[in-house]
Amino acid sequence: MTCAELVELVTAFLEGALDPDTERRFIEHLAICDGCETYVDQMRRTVAEVGQVEPESLSDETRDRLLEAFRTFPRE
Amino acid sequence: MGVVLPTDDVLVDGLRAGDEEMFACLLNGWSGSMVRLARSFVSTAASAEEVVQDTWLAVFQGIERFEGRSSLQTWVYRILINIARKRGSAEQRTVPWASLVPDRDPTVDSSRFRGPHDQYPGGWLAFPERWPSTEGEVLANEVRATVAAAIQSLPIRQQVVLTLRDIDGQTADDVCALLDISTANQRVLLHRARAAVRSRLERYFAATGVES
Ligand SMILES: [Zn+2]
Repeated sequence: MTCAELVELVTAFLEGALDPDTERRFIEHLAICDGCETYVDQMRRTVAEVGQVEPESLSDETRDRLLEAFRTFPRE
Repeated sequence: MGVVLPTDDVLVDGLRAGDEEMFACLLNGWSGSMVRLARSFVSTAASAEEVVQDTWLAVFQGIERFEGRSSLQTWVYRILINIARKRGSAEQRTVPWASLVPDRDPTVDSSRFRGPHDQYPGGWLAFPERWPSTEGEVLANEVRATVAAAIQSLPIRQQVVLTLRDIDGQTADDVCALLDISTANQRVLLHRARAAVRSRLERYFAATGVES
């Protein structure tokens, strides 16, 4: 497995979705290649950073309208 | 994950009882994904906001009938997709998710790797630079802004899958079922999205020149 091939398999690897043979070659490559080790770390870090992003919001108008609709919705 | 929400039981009770504070939390937590999800079916941002609005109105109506067979979030997102699909076909905009063939070009520029006639074809020409830790508040905020901008510039379907997986924390299976896409396509979209955000972070760290 080359570095160029490995970088395309990182998500499948992180998901545990590689077939056993490919996974073994992935791990063997990772063990001897600092560049790919860094790349995989950075993909993990990217996933963690994406998880830290504040979710976007609706426009204030839509948000206010929905809060009002929720407040006044007829309930038992 | 961006916003920590209580369990489904608590959320459902809150929605039924009219707990406004809890509903505001739900709006904060889910609106980003809902707008993106809607935007992948309809033609304008305004139209997507209306889909989100109509979805919540349908949720208020339907919450009494929610039986908990799926998670509340999945249930709400399914309602959204139904509404968005109808609207999308009225706008003649819908390219069905199922018909999608994701781009499979390399996610790391081929110029980063050695050519076919090199002694080590496909090996890194230069290893990626290690990134600094972002313990400082200022740096952490900048990184977050960089990531947010990177997500925003992705193709909409990549945004949707990335948001559902890495912000909402849904499983691959949930996302495939929700969007009616294959496991392979889900993974390609997720991988392309993550790789693009990584590459944006790489450029950011290279430009700031912070030592690791
Ligand atoms: Zn390598």
